Amino acid sequence: MLDAFEIVPNLPVLVVTTPLIGGILTIAMGRGKGPWAWATLITGLVFYFTVLLMQQVLAAKTGFISYELGNWPRQWGIEYRVDALNAFILLTVAGVAFVTTLYAQKSVEKEIPQDRHNFFYAVWVLAVCGLLGITVTGDAFNVYVLLEISSLTVYALIAMGKDMNRQALTASLRYLILGSVGASFILLGIGYLMMVTGTLNMEDMHDRLAALPDAVHNRTVLVAFAFLLCGLGLKMALFPLHMWLPKAYTYAPSAVSALLSATATKVGIYMAFRFLFTIFGVGFSFVAMPANVVLSVAACAGILVTGVTAVRQTNLKRMLAYSSVGQLGYIVAGFALANVHGVAGSVIHIFNHAMMKGGMFMAAGAIMYRLGRCDLRAVRGLGKRMPLTMAAFVAGGLGLVGFPLTAGFISKWYLVQGALEAPHMWPVAAVVLVGSLLAVAYTWRVVEAAYFQEPEGDSALVTEAPLSMVAPMWILIGASVYFGVSATFTGEISMRAAKSLLGGAP
Amino acid sequence: MIHLDVSPPLLAVYIPLLGALLISLAGRWPNLRELVTLLTAGTLLWVVAGIAPTVLADDFWASFARAPAIKIAEVLPGIWLELKVEPLGMLFALIASSLWILNSIYSIGYMRGNHEKNQTRFYVCFALAIASVMGLAFAGNLFTLFVFYEALTLTTYPLVAHKGSAEAIRSARTYLGILVVTSVCFLLAGIIGTYVFTGGDMTFRPGGVFKRALADGSLTAPTLGILFVLYMYGIGKAALMPVHRWLPAAMVAPTPVSALLHAVAVVKAGVFTVLKVIVYVFGPAVLVRYGAGEWLIYIAGATILIASCIALFQDNLKRRLAYSTVSQLSYVIIAAALLSPLSITAAALHIAAHAFGKITLFFAAGSIYTAAHKTEISQLDGIGRRMPITMAAFTIGSLSMIGLPPTAGFVSKWYLLQATWETDAPFVLIVVILSTLLNAAYFLPIVYRAFFVAEAKHHREPHQSSADGDFGDHADHHGHDAHDHGEAPWPIVVALSCTAAATIAFFFYSDLAIGLATQLRSGLP
Repeated sequence: MLDAFEIVPNLPVLVVTTPLIGGILTIAMGRGKGPWAWATLITGLVFYFTVLLMQQVLAAKTGFISYELGNWPRQWGIEYRVDALNAFILLTVAGVAFVTTLYAQKSVEKEIPQDRHNFFYAVWVLAVCGLLGITVTGDAFNVYVLLEISSLTVYALIAMGKDMNRQALTASLRYLILGSVGASFILLGIGYLMMVTGTLNMEDMHDRLAALPDAVHNRTVLVAFAFLLCGLGLKMALFPLHMWLPKAYTYAPSAVSALLSATATKVGIYMAFRFLFTIFGVGFSFVAMPANVVLSVAACAGILVTGVTAVRQTNLKRMLAYSSVGQLGYIVAGFALANVHGVAGSVIHIFNHAMMKGGMFMAAGAIMYRLGRCDLRAVRGLGKRMPLTMAAFVAGGLGLVGFPLTAGFISKWYLVQGALEAPHMWPVAAVVLVGSLLAVAYTWRVVEAAYFQEPEGDSALVTEAPLSMVAPMWILIGASVYFGVSATFTGEISMRAAKSLLGGAP
Repeated sequence: MIHLDVSPPLLAVYIPLLGALLISLAGRWPNLRELVTLLTAGTLLWVVAGIAPTVLADDFWASFARAPAIKIAEVLPGIWLELKVEPLGMLFALIASSLWILNSIYSIGYMRGNHEKNQTRFYVCFALAIASVMGLAFAGNLFTLFVFYEALTLTTYPLVAHKGSAEAIRSARTYLGILVVTSVCFLLAGIIGTYVFTGGDMTFRPGGVFKRALADGSLTAPTLGILFVLYMYGIGKAALMPVHRWLPAAMVAPTPVSALLHAVAVVKAGVFTVLKVIVYVFGPAVLVRYGAGEWLIYIAGATILIASCIALFQDNLKRRLAYSTVSQLSYVIIAAALLSPLSITAAALHIAAHAFGKITLFFAAGSIYTAAHKTEISQLDGIGRRMPITMAAFTIGSLSMIGLPPTAGFVSKWYLLQATWETDAPFVLIVVILSTLLNAAYFLPIVYRAFFVAEAKHHREPHQSSADGDFGDHADHHGHDAHDHGEAPWPIVVALSCTAAATIAFFFYSDLAIGLATQLRSGLP
């Protein structure tokens, strides 16, 4: 009984309950800096928990930690199950959430009216709660419940951008409609799986599906697979189901764009990992079913099409949004290879892209903070006026390109290696490399404008963004550079995650 | 994990990096800033020269395989950023670091004489580029080589785009575009392919890394051929046709950049990488056995001749020099592609020999631009009488390009011709002869014009806009009369006299370069 009051044994559930309770309490934190300070405290605490959890997982002999909620055996209750994969993603999500909360203060002050700050931060913390919950749970239905928590809060967060631009409302509505379709597909898929297997626990589902005599010709299983693939495709913005994303990221408040780009779609991909690898298993998803073909074709098309679209954008946030869809394509193309290096590249890119893109959205937000807009004309000559912000943007951009000694290069290395090792998959390697050229094209438009063109109008007068924005931005960008120079930690974790995913059980 | 170490090759990378930092801190005081540049360059040469004796030692190869590499950081599990000195890299590092001193002196005269903007950024990027060159020269494995290769592209980009005019930005885009497309699409693909086929072996070693994979059949001859093509075209900096376009485009940069980087450091980084890949990744013996390298002789030969023909019709002096460089780079490639021990010596020597002559020619072009604001060859009538030292140096450089004694160009050409006889390659012999004639045809008329044609009297216009617009647009700000000039500022004259003297000295005292090139050859199994 004493167990219930200790932190370490209860880490898996604390990661969810802390932001859940904390988020609701945020509303009561008054009108001033209270809500922000409280949200920082909560996300900081959660980040600390995920660090501890990571240590626990690495120390665990079995390679994972199982936690039964309320001590109910997992056949009846909910099991939280943390292995290298979700410990890594929990760490990423909580880390980015903490850093973006630090960043949010100034940005939110400028973009959202004072009287709604407590609601904003409440919804913000709850969104983080939902995302962490999806990642930590080992129960398929629990995934859906937490998915709804995160989705509903994210719709609200995007709509909060309406005071800067009313298009935020339509962007949010569009995401609400498509997101709900995706979520219901996922629910249907989970329902069918429950029909066949009679359980909601992921590991049990896997065992019973594997024991099914003829799963490949079982129509219920096939329908479940199809629904899940479409629903997950929508949630992780897999091309061509990404239509909700560019507008949502463009018109959401800057801090929200940074948070979402680094966490929301990543958690969608994490769900895909769990459903395709853990529940259905490699043999079903990628050998019996042609999920690898469908996913890699969609991913490669996405990399190329959205890359070209990103080159044509003039709004920085929209450019980054399209770039995000392309980068998600890398992640999907990686795990669709279904070999160790491909999946490891996919896992490591979840982390690396979160660092780079989060930092770049923060830089775009800092420009927004100073100039009220962030198009290519506004950026002209900013290399001298906002040197730290622009340097962060360029460093992030080099990462997207995958220049050596940036995090993006590490991802690219694993992905190309995986593609060359898989039989007949070398076109994926080619697309990954061509995609990085498209990244050069869209990054370089900003470089040219910022460093080699003269400022015009009010851009000439601006100064560097406040430290509370620049510091978090550089924490993420700095991490992306550090884990580009020395990726032994992230590399080993991803390899371990990849091996356990391909091995079947979590 | 990241290691900190102070062994000389690592210092050679860190010194210019530190220099870049100090230069940016000293940005507000130009004299101090330039002093820092010169001190950094001097220290670097001292450190690099200190490494040479160990490489020249007789028992160098005996201990090479066992000697540990200098580790910088473990980037991926098992993949280290590491340095290891070998003769070819030593030669390259020596050339780049010694010419950096002269080039810095020259830069001071040029940048001040032409009132260039953003000079601090210029010197900082220059130092960073040199740091990349040092890392490239001493790279211990393919991964490290690629890292510094890309770093060199990135750090030279701001130098090419330096002026910030629409033309400069467009050319810089071509520069970056071609170099990045080739390195990312082909070179990186080749390197990862190597990594996959060799089971994670990317270390440079004489004789190459593919022997085991070829022996156990996991790597077939056609795949080996594809890998070789990926490397040769992936190394865009070697300017093998048709990926040479970035080099003429890079000529919009201020002349010191064209001189050290786009005649020596960057382009030599390209052919150096080609040579390094042939010697240490594939191994000449393997390439000969599988016939994977033969096509390269013809492509390089075509590049030599076509580039020379294009050079013949360029009126802009820097563009003519750029095409001459394209042609000369393929001398190195064609020599390497002959795959005999002697031809590899010739390739290494030509990397050194071409450097002195070409930097002199660029220095002269920049000197003319600074003093007379002239960029076109057709404007150079009689300029030898106003700028005798500049044009004398130019003449020495031209002779070296043609390969006449007593200049550096003769030394490498001697070895190359020797190798063509030895390997019985009549095609290469014909190419070299034709190219010598072409070189004479596009360099000697300039010399003739400068010394023997009288200056046109009616030609009052000080500045004539060229097709490339940018090379001469400072003339208007000064109001000098084109007829009223002497030599360029003294730092320029000093620098180009030194390189011209070095071009001749190389003919008489090439022991060090030949020693290193021979050491390279003796390492071949």
